Amino acid sequence: MSAVRTRLLFALPLALIGTLVLIGWIGLKHNPSRVPSPLIGKPAPVFSLPRLRHPALRLTERVFRGRPTLFNVWASWCVTCVAEHRVLMSLAGRGVRIIGLDYQDHRRAALAFLHRYGNPYRAIAYDPRGISAMNWGVYGTPETFVLGPHGVIRGKIIGPLTRRVVRRRLLPLLRRLSSSRARA
Amino acid sequence: MTVTRVLRPFSALLALLALTTVLALPRARAVGSSPPLANPVLEARYQHLIEEVRCLQCQDLNIANSPAPLATLMRQQIRRMLLRGESNRAIKHYLVARYGDFVLFKPPVDRETFALWWGPFVLLVLGVLVLLTIIVRRARRDARDPLRSTE
Repeated sequence: MSAVRTRLLFALPLALIGTLVLIGWIGLKHNPSRVPSPLIGKPAPVFSLPRLRHPALRLTERVFRGRPTLFNVWASWCVTCVAEHRVLMSLAGRGVRIIGLDYQDHRRAALAFLHRYGNPYRAIAYDPRGISAMNWGVYGTPETFVLGPHGVIRGKIIGPLTRRVVRRRLLPLLRRLSSSRARA
Repeated sequence: MTVTRVLRPFSALLALLALTTVLALPRARAVGSSPPLANPVLEARYQHLIEEVRCLQCQDLNIANSPAPLATLMRQQIRRMLLRGESNRAIKHYLVARYGDFVLFKPPVDRETFALWWGPFVLLVLGVLVLLTIIVRRARRDARDPLRSTE
C-alpha cells in the first residue's frame, strides 16, 4: 500500500467525524418547534367569522384581496403576544395592513387587551373555538401569515415578530409582494 | 408485630402482585376525552387515529396523550369527521394539508421522505458491498501468496 493511500485511509475517519459534527451543528441550530407550513403558495383557507369589535359583521378570506396583508393570530391570554404587540403597533403605524385572528379567547378579555395595549388591526376575526384557526394550521400563538395581494399565502412567521424578524424577513417579503403587484 | 415478621419474606412477592394489579387495570382513556362513540367500529378507528397523530404543541406526544388545547381541538375534529363518514385516509389528508407531514408520527412515503424511508437500506447495501470487496480482495491475495495468511 502506497504512503498516499495509507494517509487517505487515516483521513477517512476524520472526514466522517467532520460530517457528523456538521450534521449535529445544523441539528442544534434547527428549531424543531418551527414546523414549515404546507399552506405557503396556496390561497387563504375559506372562512367566515364574526368580527371581534363588530359581532354583527363577518370577516371572510376576501378581506385579503387588494394589497399585501399580515394575518396575525393572537389571544389575550398569550404572554408572548404582549411583547409582540409593540412591533405590530409600529408596523401598523408604517401603513402595513394587519388583520387579526383572536384565537380561543373571550371577547371581553380580548377587547380589554386592545384597550390596554392599542389596536394595530384593521379588522379582527373572532374564533373562540379555534375551528377556523385549524384550517390555517395554527398550533400556537403568536403566528403571522403574510398574504399577497391576491389572497395567496406567501410566508408564515411562527413565534413573535421581533424587530429583527421584521427587518430580516417581513419587510423584504412585503416589498417583493408590493412590487409583484405592479406586474400582476 | 408477628404479622409483619411472617409477611416479611413475602414482601417482594406482595410488591410484585401490587404492581401487576396496577398494570392490569384497563388503560387510561385519552386525557380530557369525550365519551366513546356509540359505534364501536368508529370508536376503534378513532382510538387508532389519535395514537398516530402528533400534537404540535408538545411534539413528542400523540394527541391521545396530550393535554394541550390544540390536541383537544384535533381530537374533536377527528370525531366530527368520523361521524360524517370520512375515511382514515381523508382524515389524515385533512391534517397533513394543514400541518404538514410532521403531524403524522409515521410519515408517508413520497418524494420528500424517500431518503428517510429507503436511506438506511441503501447504506446497508453499500456496507455489504464494501465488506464483500474487502473479503474478495483478501481471498485473492491469499491465493496468490498462501504463506501470508499464516505468517
